[in-house]
Amino acid sequence: MSLISPWRADFPALDALERQGQTYLDSAATAQKPQALIDALAHYYANGAANVHRAQHLPGAMATQAFEDTRHKVAGWINTGASGQIVFTHGATSAFNLLAYGLEHLFAPGDEVVVSALEHHANLLPWQQLATRRGLKLVVLPLTVDGVIDIDAAARLITARTRLLAVSQLSNVLGTWQPVARLVELAKAQGALTVIDGAQGVVHGRHDVQALGCDFYVFSSHKLYGPDGVGVLFGRHQALAQLRHWQFGGEMVLQASYHDATFRPAPLGFEAGTPPVSGVIGLGATLDYLNDVNPVAAAEHEARLHELLCAGLLLHKGVRLVGNPQTALASFVVEGVHNADLAHLLTDQGIAVRAGHHCAIPLIGSLGLTGAIRVSLGLYNDSEDLERFFNALDQALELLR
Amino acid sequence: MSLPTDAQEALNAFNPSLGWEQRARQLMQWGERLPALADDEKTDANLVDGCESKVWLLGSVVDGHWQFRAASDARLIRGLVALLLARVNGLSAAELQQVDLNDWFQQLGLSRQLSPSRSNGLNAVLQKMRQLAG
Repeated sequence: MSLISPWRADFPALDALERQGQTYLDSAATAQKPQALIDALAHYYANGAANVHRAQHLPGAMATQAFEDTRHKVAGWINTGASGQIVFTHGATSAFNLLAYGLEHLFAPGDEVVVSALEHHANLLPWQQLATRRGLKLVVLPLTVDGVIDIDAAARLITARTRLLAVSQLSNVLGTWQPVARLVELAKAQGALTVIDGAQGVVHGRHDVQALGCDFYVFSSHKLYGPDGVGVLFGRHQALAQLRHWQFGGEMVLQASYHDATFRPAPLGFEAGTPPVSGVIGLGATLDYLNDVNPVAAAEHEARLHELLCAGLLLHKGVRLVGNPQTALASFVVEGVHNADLAHLLTDQGIAVRAGHHCAIPLIGSLGLTGAIRVSLGLYNDSEDLERFFNALDQALELLR
Repeated sequence: MSLPTDAQEALNAFNPSLGWEQRARQLMQWGERLPALADDEKTDANLVDGCESKVWLLGSVVDGHWQFRAASDARLIRGLVALLLARVNGLSAAELQQVDLNDWFQQLGLSRQLSPSRSNGLNAVLQKMRQLAG
């Protein structure tokens, strides 16, 4: 069965990579960019760069307009409605750190922060370090054999002591959707704040933060086919009001003397210094492009490609999938074959996949693995990419066995 | 500075025009040549940090010449380490300071293994070796 991506031609890097003999199957790490984004960046830089929210001049007004337009587009993309605000950060990691520092004052020793066993380091280490600073207990929700957060266990572990829940929507290692709406409900019932790591989830399908009910939703632009260096933090108004200012500098102040200052509320109060202006404008162009992509067709394409990927992997003797992947990616190991060896030989054959711990060392360790190979898909991948990967896998395994 | 015998042999076996399969086969064969480490030598202290695979590296000076020994649980990195040891074993401390290992792997057609993005650990092995040679 041949699957052709009608969107492939919109991403010029795919052709370029093919000319370099590379098959790109690492979109969960970062995605290739649509022409629309490249054009927007070139247009911005070629027609007059300017800082935002500062200058009276025309270039400044234009840049600020484009920057703020993107804020509206992002709000539309995750359907914030009037429930909260979009804050731009320098990446998803920055957003989690902003939360872990800006909410620190709410925690007292003995309070509990709940994460899950499958968190990426970005949504684990800021909380772990917060727990260390404040003498909190970090509670780790266990997974079922399929790689989904165990909701029964969660119902027991989320208690009146829980002050905050931070969980991932879609696992970057297991490719499993997590029951985040239900988890948010459990946490809310205990009066806890809720943070969703949407870094992987936001790339697949459309999500509605109002329906999720979370206080904060975080994602990075670069995985959503946008520029790198831009993170998005959605916060509900009531939750943002509890967030203390964290990084201090230009344009986030209301009044300043040598010895004292007052600060702006969200969003600008949390965007100290010059924000990634071009990146944010580029993200706006990417969202315009994505808004023109038929979501049903895209979801169907991704689902069929994912089926081909999983089925093809399982045809190989000794291949074991890590968890039971549902979307976008599959991690696997091969019995009797070291991941590092397999990764080496796939690289030699121009297959761009990720090998190792995927920034989730505790998860990989808890699965009894030292690493895994991850194949991840984007809108632009097609069945030929997978055929090239499977051929390379056959050749590599033949050599190694 | 004349090359050790093993190094000359490596140069004969590897060259930039080898196809990836031939290169992989050669690497695995070279990996087999590493003398095994005793289990009690495979300690955390001897482990190289920053490798996706486990690599243990030990070094000592015998009669003024460095002798390194190594092991790994992955086969291709084992081959790469064997090629490294072929070049450095038997060198004096002064010679070890001077040896251009980037150039060495370039001559073998393996310079890509030293690129900063590679997490296979050859870079980490070099670092550990320099640490040991202090």
